[in-house]
Amino acid sequence: MNMMSEAAVEKALDQKMNETAYKMVGRDVSVYYGEKRALFDVNLNVRENTVTALIGPSGCGKSTFLRCLNRMNDTIESCRVTGKITLDEDDIYDPQIDVVELRARVGMVFQKPNPFPKSIYDNIAYGPKIHGLARNKADLDQIVESSLQKAGLWSEVKDRLHESGTGLSGGQQQRLCIARAVAVSPEVILMDEPCSALDPIATAKVEELIHELRSNFSIVIVTHSMQQAARVSQRTAMFHLGHLVEENDTDKMFTNPDDQRTQDYIMGRFG
Amino acid sequence: MSGYLILFLAAMALIVSYFGVFRASRAATPAGAVRLKQHSRPIYHGLNAAIWTAVPAFIFLLLWLMFQNSVMNQLVIASFPGAEAMDAAAKSLQMSEIRQVAAGNLFRQPTPEVAAAAEHLRSLQSTSMYLMAALTCCIAAVGAFLGFKVISPRYRARHSVETAVTVFMMFSSLVAIIITVGIVGSLVFEALHFFARVPVTEFLFGLRWEPQIAIRADQVAGQGAFGVLPVLYGTFLISAIAMLVAVPTGILSAVYLTEYAHPGFRAVVKPMLEILAGVPTVVYGFFAVLTVAPAIRDLGNAVGIPSSPNSALATGLVMGVMIIPFISSLSDDAFAAVPRAMRDGSLALGATKGETIRKVLLPAALPGIIGGVLLALSRAVGETMIVVMAAGLIAKITANPFDAVTTVTVQIVTLLIGDSEFDNPKTLAAFALGLVLFVITLCLNLIALRTVRKYREKY
Ligand SMILES: Nc1ncnc2c1ncn2[C@@H]1O[C@H](COP(=O)(O)OP(=O)(O)OP(=O)(O)O)[C@@H](O)[C@H]1O
Ligand SMILES: [Mg+2]
Repeated sequence: MNMMSEAAVEKALDQKMNETAYKMVGRDVSVYYGEKRALFDVNLNVRENTVTALIGPSGCGKSTFLRCLNRMNDTIESCRVTGKITLDEDDIYDPQIDVVELRARVGMVFQKPNPFPKSIYDNIAYGPKIHGLARNKADLDQIVESSLQKAGLWSEVKDRLHESGTGLSGGQQQRLCIARAVAVSPEVILMDEPCSALDPIATAKVEELIHELRSNFSIVIVTHSMQQAARVSQRTAMFHLGHLVEENDTDKMFTNPDDQRTQDYIMGRFG
Repeated sequence: MSGYLILFLAAMALIVSYFGVFRASRAATPAGAVRLKQHSRPIYHGLNAAIWTAVPAFIFLLLWLMFQNSVMNQLVIASFPGAEAMDAAAKSLQMSEIRQVAAGNLFRQPTPEVAAAAEHLRSLQSTSMYLMAALTCCIAAVGAFLGFKVISPRYRARHSVETAVTVFMMFSSLVAIIITVGIVGSLVFEALHFFARVPVTEFLFGLRWEPQIAIRADQVAGQGAFGVLPVLYGTFLISAIAMLVAVPTGILSAVYLTEYAHPGFRAVVKPMLEILAGVPTVVYGFFAVLTVAPAIRDLGNAVGIPSSPNSALATGLVMGVMIIPFISSLSDDAFAAVPRAMRDGSLALGATKGETIRKVLLPAALPGIIGGVLLALSRAVGETMIVVMAAGLIAKITANPFDAVTTVTVQIVTLLIGDSEFDNPKTLAAFALGLVLFVITLCLNLIALRTVRKYREKY
């Protein structure tokens, strides 16, 4: 236990030093659903151009933390967030902050693909339109094409842009949702188990996509697959019962974790 | 008599089922034996025995009641002197006289033949009654015996009870269909009578509706004109005004209630809207006549538009209020059916609540909303009480909503009220109007159901 606290102190110093390189910083984040506390003073940062994986057993608060980062928790009546989360130094829970603007900067991809019942084109164009990112039709076409290209979907759908997005396969739908998130040019993309509804081939495609997106975005991904975390992420954070157990370089995490619980979880001994 | 028989059958079924359950549970565990494996629980054996007891006997009873009269008529008339020479109409006339006499309704002294026939009929009736009671009881007893006998651990009572229930349900749905078909059939039949007197084209395309025609040959009256267009126009004018009121109000209130309102507010307002749907239309009618119509007339006069005391506008406004709950509750369902993931997806892209509603929820819920609107429209078109009380009687095509118009339903009511024979065009016109109304609402309902179903497939 002593060793662990030493490591923690070290890490805290480390963090303090590098704070400016952090895209998002979470300080003592706690979340309550009504009376029930779901997160306990979580300190977790999101680095620029990095994929951060959140792992941990079911119900440990990964999604809850993720949803704090773009304030999607606001949509849940009973939910209350304390602590401080900053995006480029701005406190995102500051009443001055426009949550709409925040969500345009911090995009999100959900566990289940949720394309709108509109055409593929309109699915992508939706965000750019409401944020006025395109000055004319040509601009919009350009955004749609480049987003679909970034999501690796362009070649599959370029001939059917005006068919319904709900008519795509599950994997295509998920990549459509990623393209939709990418289209508003966010700075951070949050993904909550984006591959859990997909088959291995579609999963591989999405993973590859995440890898490529890293050069332009900071990405936070929740996953239940250790292999996936190891494959796509540079940093990994382990949650347990609402506590952040450990946050580390992915390589170190999967070879030589600091915390016994992390080791147990990765070895599949619980969760 | 048949009433007592039915009671008797019910009581017998109850008793048989009780003993059936008893016997079945005994059969399941014969004295001293280990528990035998039984296919059905005792209650099913009891029910099965009860069904065997009551159902065949009941069906027999019904058939007997249905056919006894015609059989007795045949018998009586066959032995009536001089019957061979009568045609069918004369026979039935003669028969009804005999029946009246037999029932003791004497209008004049019956002839000896008639009195004899009545006596004959009365004796047949009493025989029939005793025979019916005896046979019904016999069938019930046989049924009870068989139903009882069949009880054994391996007998599949559950299946046979379920089959019986299925057949019963099928029968119930058939009854509804058959009756509907019958009603529509009679409507078409009478309408055809009308079209034999007034050409279809004149009815469908005529621009004058003046159903006053001479009842006696010497009466001075108009020729009568049966052009349906002005009447239809009135119906659509009033419905259109109603929809103008109800559609925006209904949809907006649904949006507010599902998306914005505090749950507590919603819990209070939603049931209140549903109560609005339960207000009797005659009450809306009062409201239209006594409150809204005078106000509208004063308004019209104030701005210098010629207004009538029973204006289309007043009627339409009140009817609109009546159908608000339909639209709002169906739209409400349509919004609630849009998955939460849609909202989250839109919000996560940085859309505001308003944008999410306008650009995602509304399009996704649109088919459901359209379905609701069409159902409401067919309600408006077929609505009777409000328009009878508040709309006019003169059919005319006018663009002025402050003027009075009449509707299809109003005309049907006025054509049929009072003493009138069923063989002049004036009365028969009501059936033709009814047919038109039926066709319109049927089409609206079909389209509405289509759209609603299509939208169900979406998610
Ligand atoms: N809307 C909610 N209302 C009340 N409690 C909630 C709500 N959402 C989550 N919780 C609770 O908060 C805790 C953390 O939930 P969360 O969804 O963050 O878990 P998770 O780590 O994402 O789990 P999983 O891996 O199964 O998705 C759980 O105990 C859960 O029951
Ligand atoms: Mg989760």
